[in-house]
Amino acid sequence: MIVDLLVIPLIKILIIIGIILTTVIMLVYAERRISAFIQGRYGPNRVGPFGLFQAVADVLKLILKEDVVPKAASKFFHSLAPIISLTVALVTLAVVPFGSRIFIFGKEIDLMVAPGVNIGVLYILAMSSLGVYGITLSGWASNNKYSLLGGLRSTAQMISYEISMGLAIIGVIMMTGSLQLDEIVKMQEGWKWNFIFQPIGFITFVIAAFAETNRLPFDLPEAEAELVGGFHTEYSGLKFGMFFLAEYANMITASALITTLYLGGYRLPFIEYFGFSQNTLAIIHVVTFFVKISLIMFFMIWVRWTLPRFRYDQLMNIGWKVMIPLGLLNIFITGIGLIIF
Amino acid sequence: MSLRKIKPLNFWEKIYLPEIFKGLVITFKEMFKPKFTRQYPEEKWNPPASFRGRPVLVLEENGVERCVACGLCARVCPALAIEVQASETELEKERYPVKFEINMLRCIYCGFCEEACPEEAIVMSQEYEETFYNYEDAIYGKDKLLIPAEKLKTRLEFLRKMR
Repeated sequence: MIVDLLVIPLIKILIIIGIILTTVIMLVYAERRISAFIQGRYGPNRVGPFGLFQAVADVLKLILKEDVVPKAASKFFHSLAPIISLTVALVTLAVVPFGSRIFIFGKEIDLMVAPGVNIGVLYILAMSSLGVYGITLSGWASNNKYSLLGGLRSTAQMISYEISMGLAIIGVIMMTGSLQLDEIVKMQEGWKWNFIFQPIGFITFVIAAFAETNRLPFDLPEAEAELVGGFHTEYSGLKFGMFFLAEYANMITASALITTLYLGGYRLPFIEYFGFSQNTLAIIHVVTFFVKISLIMFFMIWVRWTLPRFRYDQLMNIGWKVMIPLGLLNIFITGIGLIIF
Repeated sequence: MSLRKIKPLNFWEKIYLPEIFKGLVITFKEMFKPKFTRQYPEEKWNPPASFRGRPVLVLEENGVERCVACGLCARVCPALAIEVQASETELEKERYPVKFEINMLRCIYCGFCEEACPEEAIVMSQEYEETFYNYEDAIYGKDKLLIPAEKLKTRLEFLRKMR
């Protein structure tokens, strides 16, 4: 009983946090390398083979740096903010299924930190909206006008895009009839991935996910040209590292969500017909899931180095006048479809 | 000058997504194009003959420098980087520099010394990597300045052509 309740989830949590941290490191490297390729440069290629250890060197540098706290800053909230950001970014992945079940030592283990949570989608929405607090607090506690503006922008942006995100998800939930992410994945068996049935919802969700993660077409909270560094202007050393980590962990979460909700989760079409054993199947599922996630993350990086930043009024216009009506339209169409079929 | 009329956007441009897709295609193609960067320490840049690198003294084949220590270079140097001390010698040229020092922290690579030199003895080389850890190392004496004439061939030929 104790093994089931404590040890197995703990091991899963440790494994997943380890995976996230290594992925973040690889992601930082990938981002720098891909951006360099797009701009006709080589990017970091000195540290280790192909510069693979560049991100490790970056992390070491961040750890060794002095942690400066501004004199006028509120010390407690100044250090609380990055913790909130990071925690929220990591915690969201708890309900995302990485694969089907696996049998180890006669035990059936779901490849998911919290299996059978029947409010999965709700939990994700709640947690991702908590992320705003970290950014707002950091802006407020720094006692710096740029940080404050960055925090404010981010609050406005995240709140407005959360609505369209929720509306997009409702379409998926209507089709599945369950808030459980497991069920949503099981529903998308074979080729029946959700983005085929709900292209509008898919596009809205992807755009909202970009906005939620503060990635480039929507990176107003940290618009370098106007706001120095945005909400993390006054952060340095490990605290800045935590924000950095949170940003990339958010990226992983967002791509995991896109995969789970719209791209068939861990499922590879028609793999069931080959008659693999359950454990092999589970491994194939996990690999599929990570390949899908990495493709989406590549897409995110690719978009970042292609598009310029939106103006603030454009951002709000798209959020409220385009995205939300599209989300409602998607719900409407899905409803009609459900009645007809 | 004619005014360019701004065309109203058509439906697909207003949707914005196809245009984003076009942009994505461009950046994707850009990823596989050859890079502009030079991998510097391994892959060095070869400057053209007109390049003004660090000034050096020309060493003839018989192991004697061309310099006759007239001091014109020191005189013309706007940054006062050159110091010459002359002495007598048995050779045909009668004078030679006992001490010839260029302070590379002061040198501005203007090439006036080269222009002023009547003997074509001081010449701007192709070398552009000047690094030192302290001020003493930055003052180049004769040991570092004397370079055999055949190594400076490109520059010497360039100077003949331009004169």
